[in-house]
This record gives sequence, C-alpha cells and structure tokens, in this order.
Amino acid sequence: MIEILPDKCDFCGCCVGICPEDAIEMKEAEIFIIDQRCTNCAKCVWSCPIEVIKFNKDGVPVK
Amino acid sequence: MKTSYDIIVVGAGPAGSMAARFAAEKDVSVLMLEKDRDVGYPVRCGEAISKAGVEEFIPSDEKWIAAKISKFSFNAPDGTEVILDFGEAGYVLERRIFDYELARTAADAGVEIVTRAYVNGLLFENGKVCGVKYEHQGEQKELKAKVVVAADGVESRVGRWAGLKTHIDFRDMESAVQITAANIPVDQNALYFFFGKDVAPNGYFWIFPKGNNKANIGLGVSGIIGKKKSAQSYLNDFMNKHYPNAPVLTTIAGGVPCAVTLGKISAPGILLVGDAAKQVNPLSGGGIASGMIGGKIAGTIAAEAVKMNKLDHILKYDKTWADRLGKRHETFDRIKNGIYNFSDEKFNNIAHAVNKIPYEKRTLGKVFKTALFNQPSLLIDVAKVFII
Ligand SMILES: Cc1cc2nc3c(=O)[nH]c(=O)nc-3n(C[C@H](O)[C@H](O)[C@H](O)COP(=O)(O)OP(=O)(O)OC[C@H]3O[C@@H](n4cnc5c(N)ncnc54)[C@H](O)[C@@H]3O)c2cc1C
Repeated sequence: MIEILPDKCDFCGCCVGICPEDAIEMKEAEIFIIDQRCTNCAKCVWSCPIEVIKFNKDGVPVK
Repeated sequence: MKTSYDIIVVGAGPAGSMAARFAAEKDVSVLMLEKDRDVGYPVRCGEAISKAGVEEFIPSDEKWIAAKISKFSFNAPDGTEVILDFGEAGYVLERRIFDYELARTAADAGVEIVTRAYVNGLLFENGKVCGVKYEHQGEQKELKAKVVVAADGVESRVGRWAGLKTHIDFRDMESAVQITAANIPVDQNALYFFFGKDVAPNGYFWIFPKGNNKANIGLGVSGIIGKKKSAQSYLNDFMNKHYPNAPVLTTIAGGVPCAVTLGKISAPGILLVGDAAKQVNPLSGGGIASGMIGGKIAGTIAAEAVKMNKLDHILKYDKTWADRLGKRHETFDRIKNGIYNFSDEKFNNIAHAVNKIPYEKRTLGKVFKTALFNQPSLLIDVAKVFII
C-alpha cells in the first residue's frame, strides 16, 4: 500500500507527473491516491523529493 | 463569463499565459483557468533565464529582475572552479511578479482569467475534446471550447484524459528541492553549478543569486537516485557543510521533466504546452523560456484554426514545435545523457583542462570541445546545437 503523508506534502506534483496509472489526485493543498487505480509500483515513492510518500508492505514501511 | 469559449487554457504558468495571450491577440475568445488562489505562486523554480528568452515576450523590467547574470561558475567535485564570462546573458527572476506580469499581458489582450478553478475532466463530442469540467467555489461546472490548451505543468493530467501519453518515466523526472536563503555571500552576477556524485549525482546542484546576498539553492535527482537518497537529504548535506547557519526564507519541492518532448502534443480539440508537453530543455532543466515558446506557437495555431473554422489545423502544432525547439531538445537530451554520466574524476580533469584556456578566450564552444575531447560522437551533437 502506498501512503502519502498529506501534512508533510508540498503539493509539487512530481508523483502525479510520473504516476503511470493517473492514480494521484492533487488540488491546491489536497492530495490522495485513487486506490482502485494504484498498482503499488512505488515510482511515486522514489520520485518524491521530500520523502513524504511511503510504501508499506504488509504494514511495514519499506523506504 | 461566457457560456462557451473559442479557447480554454488550463493553468496560468508562463506557458499557459503565453498560449492565452497569443490566441487572444488574434481576436478569439479565451478563458484561462488556474487551480491555485494566486497566479505565479507558489514559485517552484530556480528562476534563471536568458535575456533573449525573456525579451521575445516582454521587455525587461527591473520589477521582476532579482539579479543580472553575466557569468557562469562551474565547480568540479575536487573544488576546481571554472568561470565563464558571457556579457549580459540573463537574469534571475522574481517569478512571483514575472508570472503575474505575463498573465497581465494576456489579460490586456482580452483573456478572461479565473483562479481557484480546478479542472478535473474533459468534455468530448465524437471522440474530440470540446471543453472542460472544473470545480469552482465548491461547485462542479462545465464549459465548452473549440480548443483546450493544457498548460497544467509538471503534474499534467489534462492531456491524459484526452488519451495522450503524458506521464514521464521516473528516471527522467528530476525531483527537486530548493531553498531561498539569506546571507549567501556569492557573486550576485554569477550562476553557480556544482557537479559530482556527492553533491548532485546525474545532475547539478545550483546556487542562483537573488540580490542582496539572497540565493536560490537547490538540486534535482532522478528517480533512480531518489530510490537511495532523496533530493532533500542531498540539500541538507550541502547546507550543513557550506552554510550551516543561513536563514532560510523559502523551501519548496518541485519536479523538472528532463526528457525530450512527448511523442504527441496534440489531439483533436487539445494542445499541450510547457511542462505538460515536456518542453523543458533536458540539458539545463530550464522550462520558462521554452514553455513560453510552446505556448506562443500553440496559442497562435489554435486561434488560426478557430478563425479558419478548420479545427484540424491545430494538429500542425507538433511539427512547428519540433522545428522551432523540439529537435534541438533531442540533441540536448543526448548531451545530457553523456555529461551526467561522467565520473567525478572526469569532471575534475575537464575543469583542470578548461582552466588552461586563458579566461578571455573561454567560450562555451571551447569548453564543450575540451569537455568532450574523448567523446567525439557527443562533440558532433554539440556542433549541431551551435550550428542549427
Ligand atoms: C526546483 C525547480 C527549479 C527550476 N529552475 C528553473 C530555472 O532556473 N529556469 C527555468 O527556465 N526553469 C526552471 N525550472 C522549470 C520551470 O519552473 C518550469 O519549466 C516552468 O514553470 C513551466 O511552466 P508551465 O507554464 O509549463 O508550468 P507551471 O509554471 O508549473 O504552471 C502550471 C500551472 O497549472 C496549474 N494547474 C495544474 N493543474 C491544474 C488543473 N487541473 N486545473 C487548473 N490549473 C492547474 C498549476 O497550479 C500551475 O499554476 C525549475 C523547476 C523546478 C521544479
């Protein structure tokens, strides 16, 4: 499961721009993952410049 | 507000404003929608631009010039500094004011602008884009348009909804962080670039002065690097080492798509401009000037299509862009792939070799020749850039 920590997010759009599934919705100061589309590929995790997206495998944060 | 427009532009960055303005100057109706509450803010940018890049669009004006640039300082991993003098080369902008001014020139040309309008879908008719869905003041609305221009920046979702492939490989996205700090006593007329695996692997670290010893300081890293270490952590390391007590005035994150332009930047009823089309110069990461150029071309072509009542005309945009800058960016991209894979040792050797060229005789061409001495194929690419 991919998780975005909205309190720490800067809403820069890196993750939205690389998401192959169009699974991230971002407004001026609001961001969330559209779970039905997310394939857990983790590219958003690697592209986040400030480490606010985490990849949990069975509840364990991987990054 | 009208119930339909000839052209609707999504996003009020430099690319959107120029698309809107050049369309409106041809007497068609244009609406520009911006999701944020302000045009031009937050600023996610190093703000460096060439003078020529600005002046194609707006006369230089002190009110949005933070610093005037006449020198480049390249810094090798071992600390060797190479300085190049360019004369009156460019500016570090105050983009918060600059973007506002660009939007004002669009407004002067007759463009209607609405902020806090979040576009969240497209309207279609017989498979063609014919308008947008958007959220404004808590209400979901729709507006028809003959042409939609997607200028929605690095996050660029609008083009996808029209079926274009707009997402970028995570390796080509430079995930960036930048601070604007005070008390950074660097030459206020020089752009500083730092290379090497410790400061900015596969890219560069920058210090761009903003006057009165303020400076934009930051870097971008590709997703490949970001897997192991984030841009934020590289920035922290640099600041702790060089400016541990510098007051930080602004902190931002951002993404720079450093790749060639998307394979397709038009589809029936829609054109993509700026970061949304990946029109950034992939070698420098600069996207203000190239985005404005993309916007100007798209706005002009869209308005022509409306005037001629021949909407297929917009599909000419891809080629016009390729001829103006797109092909050149392909060359820049090859150079980027060559240079950013250099080892630290190679950067050091290049810096030592370039410093042997007398200061007054150092031109960018000579530096490249020295840099690429062992890479003849890249040298041909560079030659092309300077000749074309
Ligand atoms: C850290 C960093 C440093 C940079 N440094 C430089 C530099 O020194 N020089 C340079 O030339 N370039 C630089 N760039 C690149 C430059 O900032 C961009 O290329 C440029 O801003 C692109 O302009 P644009 O108009 O395409 O997009 P933007 O300026 O990003 O504008 C897009 C606009 O669209 C709006 N929008 C997005 N989605 C929607 C929606 N659904 N509905 C309504 N509105 C929407 C956004 O809010 C935004 O205002 C840098 C980028 C970063 C991240």
